[in-house]
Amino acid sequence: MNNILEIKNLSKHFDDVTAVNNVDFTVEEGGFFSILGSSGCGKTTLLRIIAGFQQESEGDVIINGQSMKGIPPEKRPVNIVFQNLALFPMMNVRENVAFGLKRKRLQKADINSKVNEMLERVGLHGYENKKVTDLSGGQRQRVAIARSLVMNPSILLLDEPLGALDRKLREHMKVELKLLQKEIGTTFVYITHDQSEALVMSDKVAVMHDGQFEQIDTPRNLYKNPKTSFVAGFVGDSNRFYLQSTGAGSITTNGGWTLQQPNLNKSASELYIRPEALILNPANNLNGVDQFEVTIKTILFDGSSTKLSTIVDGSNEELLISLPQNAQFEGIEEGHTLNVGIHHNDLKCF
Amino acid sequence: MMQNNKKNLNITFYLLIVPVLIWLIFMIVIPHAELFISSFQVEDDSGDMVFSFGNYIDFFTQKIYWFTFVKTAAYSIGVTLLAFIIAFPIAFYLSKVTSKKNAAFLILLLLIPLWVGELVTVYGWIVLLGDHGIINHFLMTIGIINEPINMLYTNFSMVIGLLYMSMLFMVIPVMSTLQSMDDSLIEAACDLGASKWDIFTKIIIPYSMPGITSGAIIVFMLVIGDYLAPNLLGGKNSLWFTEQIYNNFLQTFNWNEGAAFGFLLLILSSGIIWLALKLSGQKLEKVGA
Repeated sequence: MNNILEIKNLSKHFDDVTAVNNVDFTVEEGGFFSILGSSGCGKTTLLRIIAGFQQESEGDVIINGQSMKGIPPEKRPVNIVFQNLALFPMMNVRENVAFGLKRKRLQKADINSKVNEMLERVGLHGYENKKVTDLSGGQRQRVAIARSLVMNPSILLLDEPLGALDRKLREHMKVELKLLQKEIGTTFVYITHDQSEALVMSDKVAVMHDGQFEQIDTPRNLYKNPKTSFVAGFVGDSNRFYLQSTGAGSITTNGGWTLQQPNLNKSASELYIRPEALILNPANNLNGVDQFEVTIKTILFDGSSTKLSTIVDGSNEELLISLPQNAQFEGIEEGHTLNVGIHHNDLKCF
Repeated sequence: MMQNNKKNLNITFYLLIVPVLIWLIFMIVIPHAELFISSFQVEDDSGDMVFSFGNYIDFFTQKIYWFTFVKTAAYSIGVTLLAFIIAFPIAFYLSKVTSKKNAAFLILLLLIPLWVGELVTVYGWIVLLGDHGIINHFLMTIGIINEPINMLYTNFSMVIGLLYMSMLFMVIPVMSTLQSMDDSLIEAACDLGASKWDIFTKIIIPYSMPGITSGAIIVFMLVIGDYLAPNLLGGKNSLWFTEQIYNNFLQTFNWNEGAAFGFLLLILSSGIIWLALKLSGQKLEKVGA
């Protein structure tokens, strides 16, 4: 697999802010690459630089092995799906999708067949003559994607396109987008603040923070092996503890909770534990599992992501634990004491 | 309780609707009906009013009336086009280029001619454009011309006066539609390979079409029905149709023919607007919104 997009030491400075700070990465052809970060982390600026709407201060954008320096947006082999979709309200669905092809001065029959094929592909067959203002949110989404994809770009850039949809539709579009990308094989670069979107759809995710990439990895690795404390805190839920001391094979939190951690070979100040990594009522003979007792303070019921807020016995540390909604834990109530285990691989120290 | 509420609502409704109805009936319907009736009357030999098409027949048989009619229509369309050409860049600058604060200040400046009234601005143009006016004086002083250029009392000065008093009514609606346009539409077009000209003709103009249409209707109506600028800046030969109406009413005291001409002007302007809406594919109810 060759790299379709290379970003080399890219920086963007505004008057007194550095929006993108020395970012360096590559995207493989046919991949689904996400940039995940909270608002204001510089991800939109990065995307706009790739699309050519903003000029980089330093560094280079290389697409298909060709530097994009000085090439205007209309000449770049990328297309962008805007956050607000930016459909042309005065045109119908067909005219929207055909807009770019007409600018290329293709034959009319050619344009028609390409537009029809693309509309078929995104499931909008029969909607050609509808006004875009009459469509539902999900349909408008598909028009915007079809309008960009019909241009056959080397890379499709997507700027939080699912942000405006309601939750149910967003869940649905997530899967649909992933399948569409697999089917047509175009490289997608997707930016979002929604970690679930990034984790579900992407082959690779870059976590961006303060204009820099914290970690570029597969969704699974990002979740399992965060490299920095920011990633550990940002991706998924985590209990965070500040460490008081790290001794030989064990760590103690500020709140006086001591755990076994034989793998720690650096000085660390923070400990992250995912609520779902905790084992309720573990068997006695589990290898590498540290066991301790907690007292339940409150039950935070939230359907499948219900959590227990507990106090670790013998310390004053609060610990959130995921509670599976099954018959085994039906009778659990506030004030109860629970035996809990944690494998030392799930203790992430930074 | 429900019934009572409904009754109260009805009373409020009638209280609010009555002034509107009074206005419509006494200020618009009755005068027009009166004019309409009198436009079909002529004085016979004994001085009595009798029904006749004579006023309208006069219009169709006298060449000068026809000529004035066509000239007024053609110049009104021309002034509307010029107003668009001048107003569009201004509207674009105010809504998309400059900051909101600057735009508010500049709009205030644009409004100044409206504050002082049309008559004063027309006399202002007389001072500027006259043979001994400021422009001729300046050009002669720096030696570009030896004789004053005849600008006042020409079609040129009339068009300037008409443009000046109507242009703002094109700027405002166009500006407000442009303000509602998301900049990402321009970026999206650019991203899809559109040139600057494509973006202008395929995105910006179609998007602002409702604003352009409503601006054009207002400007056209103001211009075709204007009396001051053609009369004072266009001079004796301006041949504006409103002058024919004025002459009928106040110089030859032929109110019946004046009324007929008034209706012809109404039909003319409505007809041209209807045609323009048809040609541009706009709908009146959308333009108003």
